[in-house]
Amino acid sequence: MSSVGTGYDLSASTYSPDGRIFQIEYAGKAVENSGTCIGIRAKDGVVIAHEKLIHSKLLVPGSNRRIQTVDQHIGMVGAGLLADSRHLVTLAREEASSYRDNYKTPIPAKMIAERVASYVSAFTLYSSVRPFGLSTIIGVMDVHGPALYMIEPSGVHYGYFGCAAGKGKQVAKTEIEKLKFAELSARDAVKAAAKIIHMVHDDAKDKEFELEMSWICEESGRKHQPVPADILQEAERLAKAQLNADEMEED
Amino acid sequence: MEKAPSLKPGEVNLGVTNRVTDKLTQIHDRIFCCRSGSAADTQAIADIVHYYLQVFTVQEGQPPTVEVAANMFQRLVYDNKDQLMAGIIIGGWDAVNGPSVYSIPLGGSLHRRPFAIGGSGSSYIYGYCDATYKEGMSREECIAFTKNAVSLAMSRDGSSGGTIRLAIITKDKVERVFVPGNELPVFYEG
Repeated sequence: MSSVGTGYDLSASTYSPDGRIFQIEYAGKAVENSGTCIGIRAKDGVVIAHEKLIHSKLLVPGSNRRIQTVDQHIGMVGAGLLADSRHLVTLAREEASSYRDNYKTPIPAKMIAERVASYVSAFTLYSSVRPFGLSTIIGVMDVHGPALYMIEPSGVHYGYFGCAAGKGKQVAKTEIEKLKFAELSARDAVKAAAKIIHMVHDDAKDKEFELEMSWICEESGRKHQPVPADILQEAERLAKAQLNADEMEED
Repeated sequence: MEKAPSLKPGEVNLGVTNRVTDKLTQIHDRIFCCRSGSAADTQAIADIVHYYLQVFTVQEGQPPTVEVAANMFQRLVYDNKDQLMAGIIIGGWDAVNGPSVYSIPLGGSLHRRPFAIGGSGSSYIYGYCDATYKEGMSREECIAFTKNAVSLAMSRDGSSGGTIRLAIITKDKVERVFVPGNELPVFYEG
């Protein structure tokens, strides 16, 4: 790493001579070590999934969920530091609730993404704070339909049809690009997400994982909810079978 | 000081009566309010909501819904109910709910209605409005209903009168109609 030792990487308020801010790039490194998160925007809903790496056999299955609910219609998952993610969800909840207080309508996707992103961005401006070690994926159903946003440690945020963050980001992205978003239903997106998470996970190298998945669609009453266990299990079974079949073909 | 708005699919129709001042106030492109009570109070509230809606439009990149505007009024009226004399009717058109009418009476409650009446003259025309209003009225029926209601209230109410002001709010445009005192619909006057 050429940045180390130059003195330009000590604070998020210092540029390097070629215009980079190394502290933000280091925050990106924290994200790269995390289990993969993906988001898929289908035509009638949004699905977010996370490969939760189990770092200890002593953990209770299903605990330490990374996907959290911000408001009835908003789900959020962060790839990176879990504590940072929790903090950001708290902020997002406050924003969603104050919007509801003020306007008595649910906060639109664009607004929640914008507000969370400005908060993230504020942590890249001062020497006294560190940037968030997080890429945050936000799934929303608002009056305009399904929407998906990803916020990076720098505070940049874009709307997506599909996005990925964490260890398997590259592979996941190439897989997501193959999907046909115009025809994709939320149910199909669940299957696709299960397949992608299982695909990016390296059984030989990586720790064991739990597949966490939630959706916001007509079937969930336009509310952010975990994907029902039976649908999730079926999707995982299909994913594993498909991946096995693909492997057999290659042999 | 009387007014009566009404609505049909695709259209909102607001009417007020006063010769001196225009109490039918535009607070956004497709949102109007009828003000009754203290002119000072309701003007101030309308100004504040107008400002809020400007900021809202810039932030959201799209016009506010009538619902959002009505909620802003309601908040202001309820939070300051001890100091205010304000009865407000909000009407308008938006892309989410189409045409809608909300009424905020003195205490600061909020009601969505197919039509709403308010102000000093309104108590004289509840009967007329209830008997005449029908769902899905045509544009012309709507205008006649509003005009007649306001005219009837004017003739009974000592503190209402003079002229009628109407706004016909649709998706594409807002039409303001002014009915001078010598062209009012006339009914039995004893």
